[in-house]
Amino acid sequence: MVDRIAEIWGTRTPYGKDGQWPVRVDRKMADGVDADTVDRWFQSACLLCSNGCACDIAVKDGAMVGIRGRADDRVNHGRLGPKGLFGSWQGMSHPDRLTSPLIRRNGKLQECSWDEAMERVVERSRSLLTEKGPLSHGFYTSGQLFLEEYYALAVIGKAGVGTPHMDGNTRLCTATAASSLKESFGADGQPGSYRDIDSCEALFLFGHNMAETQTVLWSRVLDRLAGPDRPALVCVDPRDTDVARHADVHLAINPGTNLALMNSLVRELLHNGWVDEDYVRAHTVGLEELASVVEQWTPEAAGSLCGVDPGLIREAARIFGTTDRVLSTVLQGFYQSSQATASACQVNNLHLLRGMLGNPGRGLLQMNGQPTAQNNRECGADGDLPGFRNWANPEHVQQLASLWNVDPLVIPHWADPTHAMQIFRYAEQGSVKFLWISATNPAVSLPQLSRIRNILAKPELFVVVQDLYLTETAEVADVVLPAAGWGEKTGTFTNVDRTVHLSDKAVEPPGEARSDLDIFLDYSRRMGFTTLDGSPLLDWSGPEDAFEAWKECSRGRPCDYTGITYQLLRGGSGIQWPCTDSPPSGTERLYSDGTFPTEPSYCESYGHDLLTGANVGPVAFKAMAPSGRAILKAADYSPPHEMPDEEYPLRYTTGRTAYQFHTRTKTGRSRQLRAAAPSAWVEMSVSDAEAAGLAEGDIVRVVSRRGELQVPLRIGDVRAGTVFAPFHYGYWDAAAGLGAGSTVSASSAPHTTAANELTITEWDPVSKQPVFKNAAVRIEKISDGDRPAPAPTTTASRPAVVDHQAVPPGRAVPGERAVPPTLGGADAEAEEFIGGEGEPA
Amino acid sequence: MNLSVYLGLLHKAEQTLADSFRQVAKGHGEEPDVHFLCQTLAKQCDEHQRALQPLVDRYGETPEAEPERLHAEGLSETRQGPVGLLRDLQDLYLLASLVDITWGMVKQAGQALRDSEMLAVVDQCDKQTAVQLAWLQSRMRQAAPQALLVAE
Repeated sequence: MVDRIAEIWGTRTPYGKDGQWPVRVDRKMADGVDADTVDRWFQSACLLCSNGCACDIAVKDGAMVGIRGRADDRVNHGRLGPKGLFGSWQGMSHPDRLTSPLIRRNGKLQECSWDEAMERVVERSRSLLTEKGPLSHGFYTSGQLFLEEYYALAVIGKAGVGTPHMDGNTRLCTATAASSLKESFGADGQPGSYRDIDSCEALFLFGHNMAETQTVLWSRVLDRLAGPDRPALVCVDPRDTDVARHADVHLAINPGTNLALMNSLVRELLHNGWVDEDYVRAHTVGLEELASVVEQWTPEAAGSLCGVDPGLIREAARIFGTTDRVLSTVLQGFYQSSQATASACQVNNLHLLRGMLGNPGRGLLQMNGQPTAQNNRECGADGDLPGFRNWANPEHVQQLASLWNVDPLVIPHWADPTHAMQIFRYAEQGSVKFLWISATNPAVSLPQLSRIRNILAKPELFVVVQDLYLTETAEVADVVLPAAGWGEKTGTFTNVDRTVHLSDKAVEPPGEARSDLDIFLDYSRRMGFTTLDGSPLLDWSGPEDAFEAWKECSRGRPCDYTGITYQLLRGGSGIQWPCTDSPPSGTERLYSDGTFPTEPSYCESYGHDLLTGANVGPVAFKAMAPSGRAILKAADYSPPHEMPDEEYPLRYTTGRTAYQFHTRTKTGRSRQLRAAAPSAWVEMSVSDAEAAGLAEGDIVRVVSRRGELQVPLRIGDVRAGTVFAPFHYGYWDAAAGLGAGSTVSASSAPHTTAANELTITEWDPVSKQPVFKNAAVRIEKISDGDRPAPAPTTTASRPAVVDHQAVPPGRAVPGERAVPPTLGGADAEAEEFIGGEGEPA
Repeated sequence: MNLSVYLGLLHKAEQTLADSFRQVAKGHGEEPDVHFLCQTLAKQCDEHQRALQPLVDRYGETPEAEPERLHAEGLSETRQGPVGLLRDLQDLYLLASLVDITWGMVKQAGQALRDSEMLAVVDQCDKQTAVQLAWLQSRMRQAAPQALLVAE
């Protein structure tokens, strides 16, 4: 047994280059339940990060009572992370679950029947469609639903209602991954494979705290690092993360300066001749423009702006330029910062310049932030056209119209789809009057929360919320629909390396909760959406019908699912798309032959100008004559729009902790995870804390132009001049303790713990991903603390070693020793079966 | 040589466009993309005026003898609401078009003059003006249906 709160990544199973990552089956059972006595195990995959770990759910007497990793699966080889072990079924089975639809009567949410709730929704929807038309409707969904549900929603939005106002919270996490892939390669679709970790000789993590965001993937890296042929590790992150601690080169750059660094790395490759010229000539366009944009970014120029030693930039470039097999991963440190798409594209460019794509260990993973983000993108629940089709290509629109048997004019295709922040702006201005929010919590997760709360509270905005729990967003809805979730419904989802998993229904949902698919199908039926011949637009009876319909939609597109069936997904490992009939085993890597989906008739996007987001358009795109070649896109660095100044002298950045996910809707209801990271904090460096006279645990006020936090201070290893806040802590559990009835109304709690009280309303011009990692703040003391900050000691939030000599006399500073280590104790002990041995079949 | 007239025209048009971008940035702070990008694009116009200076030094800058027939004085203030935003962006589009076509004519002269330095300046600046136009068009296309059909 291993305390998997204390040991986030579990026991090491080292292996060497090109070896097979050893199996280690992780298992956690409910108190008092013997794994041998459960009634049945149901196949699934974990939804509590984007990694997509395959698992089996234990069921006894109709309840979920345990979880184990699937040894045969290509993603996790049996492992699960702390969130999967302690938050998966536990996060579903809390007594706070919504069990009945709610409807607002006289200002209060009250229980009602499904008929009453759906009729209220349909009545409002119909009357607005009649009076104002489809542009009055907005849909804001998730990165947590299943493929079948996104596809249903996308068809409803595009062929039923006919609104371009549809997006997911994937806009907050992976929009830039999708955008950078479209800009560089012509279509979304991840070139790399997780097995590239097994084969690489150097690993670059760009703004990616993998140790906390995908703990099982990091276990794979740790096992390579502990084995023979250790790969070199380069980390770009302003915090001293576990990744940084293992890195050969740590570029702890100032937040907001990613593009300057990237331009310098590209320049170093060009100047040192670390370029595969044959590959570049045969398989790319745009080299001249790229070279001219990066030319001014010498290591000295970038080093001075980024706040790092130019020698480190040279060393990182040398590793990239001279190692045979390099794998890069990119995440929120790039995606949620300024110039997100331009910075992510420069990672693509590094690989293109070296001709390093699509071969073992030579790969690229523009990571996803959520477990089903890929499906949201491919199905078009983020507003894009399904199957990575191009809205600006009339042929593609016609393909969908034929598939759905609807008039192509119904399908909105006059501009890029409306992104989340713009949908909320339209709601703020009163032109969107119907907003249907599914499985996401914008009242805590969008930037500048006071503004978002005001928008959601507008009386003329009709808000439908579909969720597992009464979230901060659900509390202000007009209609709340109780959803069935993970383990309570069947469906498929796809992780970042295109591995498709099936998640089976293991138990009945609580009370009257229904699957999101059933809810969407019910809406479509009640609205009477039909095809041109008058038959129902969606005549599916369940998830497998939806999956089969999706397969037709994906046929011939980059994300081709036509070779996959539910049957093939049962047992064994997940399957990577594209997967057609011959052979039905899927595709491990894309672009191995250097051919990219940039043919104008095939591509998903004609691209954008990276500085402004201006559409390139078909004429200019065709003039570039990419025809299967990748595009080396570039933009010059420009400073973030909110820089530190006299009034707000510190940079503010936000992020995650290993033990929580999103707004803690599930993870906050797991005993072990909750104990490990119970409530909000902020982090600053030793030198900044000393300058401000602050000590570990002091209660501080952090103020931006948009709001303030009042939280305990952790003195940690974040770089000087920067304040970090975890973004998980909203208000649903603001009253102390946890349990049924202990939650206080979100509207009555003081709004001083959610990191997004302070963030700025701004987004990347191309991906439209909000800039969560760049703002300016000041910090001041409210009172002495009586205990250390509630931040974990096992993560990047660990306390810094305080130099006690520097502490003013007479003042007791709780330094490192005063902060108790984060332990889970007996409650957090999980089984590990290394090699799978001893684990019952 | 009348090139000096066109250099003057261009200088003034870039200045008017810069001022107007700033005016729109200020007036539409509630639209963060418009607000921040217009500031960025205004700086590009400032740069263009600086880049023009060596050409002005060489060929001079003289006011046109003919009076202005079409007045493109820039935006003195911004409008309100979604339709107001659309109109303001459209005005910027017109001003940027004037800049664009003027660069085009200066380029023609530069080619006939075989002045490679001039051609380099034109190439650099007009490429950015073209992107400004493309952005304005993209943003307007996105905004138009909502502004014209459902905005209050």
